[in-house]
Amino acid sequence: MQVHQQVSEHSDAIDLMVNMGPQHPSTHGVFRLVIWVDGERIVKVEPHIGYLHRGSEKICESEQYNQIVTLFDRLDYVGNLNSELAFCLAVEKLTETAVPERAEYIRVILCELNRIASHMLFYGVYGLDAGATTPMLYGFRERERVQELFESVTGARMMHNYIRIGGVKEDVPDDFHKNVLALLDHLKGGVDECDSLLSQNEMFLARTKGVGIINGEDALDYGVTGPALRASGVIEDVRVTDPYSIYDRFDFGIPVGSNGDCWDRYYVRVEEMRESIKIVEQAISNIPKGEISAKVRRIIRPPAGEVFVRTESPRGDLGVFLVSDGSDKPYRVKVRPPSFANLQALEHMLEDTYIADAVLVLGSIDIIMGEVDR
Amino acid sequence: MPMMESSNIPSKREIKVPMVRECLDQRGENLHKILKESIAGFSGAEISVSIDMVTLRIDSVDLAEVCELLKYTEKFGFDYLSCITVVDYEEKQEIFEMVYHLVSIRRHHKMAIKVSLPSNDPTVPSVLSIWKSADWFEREAHDLFGIKFGGRENLSPLLLFEEFEGYPGRKSYPFHDYGEW
Repeated sequence: MQVHQQVSEHSDAIDLMVNMGPQHPSTHGVFRLVIWVDGERIVKVEPHIGYLHRGSEKICESEQYNQIVTLFDRLDYVGNLNSELAFCLAVEKLTETAVPERAEYIRVILCELNRIASHMLFYGVYGLDAGATTPMLYGFRERERVQELFESVTGARMMHNYIRIGGVKEDVPDDFHKNVLALLDHLKGGVDECDSLLSQNEMFLARTKGVGIINGEDALDYGVTGPALRASGVIEDVRVTDPYSIYDRFDFGIPVGSNGDCWDRYYVRVEEMRESIKIVEQAISNIPKGEISAKVRRIIRPPAGEVFVRTESPRGDLGVFLVSDGSDKPYRVKVRPPSFANLQALEHMLEDTYIADAVLVLGSIDIIMGEVDR
Repeated sequence: MPMMESSNIPSKREIKVPMVRECLDQRGENLHKILKESIAGFSGAEISVSIDMVTLRIDSVDLAEVCELLKYTEKFGFDYLSCITVVDYEEKQEIFEMVYHLVSIRRHHKMAIKVSLPSNDPTVPSVLSIWKSADWFEREAHDLFGIKFGGRENLSPLLLFEEFEGYPGRKSYPFHDYGEW
């Protein structure tokens, strides 16, 4: 950390400018936060992003539709399957492709497991942010089990490129059904264990309760979505309010917080893992046999027009806006990244908090810089 | 293999490009109806449908007023600005198109507002005072496309660095001719 001293104009107190990041372990990527403090209190913060800007949207304009799926893998690199799904849904809506039932079920199962893996990573890292080392080990143990299943299905641990336009890449292995059921058994116990380990810990409560509060109205105004918005008491989940894929067939709840503080944002995610397990349970028991991909041309030329799809990624409302001019490459691809909008609200959440809480508030938004900078 | 002479390449066959079909759901139909009544007072405003998205095209001078109407009127209640996109039509039509995607969490509506800007002076009123989420989206549009936002002061580079020259989001920006560094 670098520290600069400067005398502020408005008072005789000395404001310290503290520079956090871009190379800092608790910024979850390359994110820089400039903080002005008066003693221990935060006076002002200024987030700096863009260290990971790769121009993904521009690259999309020079690739064919089926080549773009891999680029979406690299946006939200913790919830890859959800990113892939968002793009594929957009193209399918544009080309009016009907996806076979079996593929839809496989997609939902994998996306929900991906959500659990992503939240488990958050759980571990957030414990670490708060100074607890043990949750990291438990969170990663559970995540590892999901990753193993992904490896057996997609052949990759992170950059899957498994969800394709019109369906999925290939059918799941023969022991998939058995493995998912075994995994769910593990995860149920795992989530409970993680919950009992950290959630009601007295020191954790003291660090997170009542810290970084944002109310529902402000959160919406800042464009905050996903668990961070639901923690503020707003009932909004794209899977329910604007259902995509086959999410309208499943019975699951939306966990909602009440205070909009760090603990609520943390606990909404823990509860969300339980709801995801419910969805996977229903999906795996109803998964039909049949085709795994629609008949799609090798070179896709959608009709000219525009489409905007909203999906619920582990971090929030992931939107894809696609403009097609009828050629084999998209005219414009715009990603509406949830982390990008959520991060805007950081300034508001950090108002009048202590500098020691900055890391916890930042951690509670659960940002992925690959998605923020694109 | 010998290189093909440029004159030998057969001219590209003219392909008729099909357009997307409209398919509004019930919510969209309702929104389409009430929107038509409310925007009758704005000249140049027209409503169209793109697949399942009600799209309102307006002049840039009316943008702030229309946005206020859409956010604060109870029957619309667009409390959440999802994203702001710039689409570059500079080569063909010499315009930049701003697309604002709005969602109403209360009423479960969604719609898009479109504003065309001349490419020689792309200036549009800022909607930051209406939705705070516009902040970074507008700064991003300024960075990558050089769109100017009337009434905004802090448009410092967000994704690019201070010394960066040019607007890399535009179609005219050279893309594949970078060198090793």
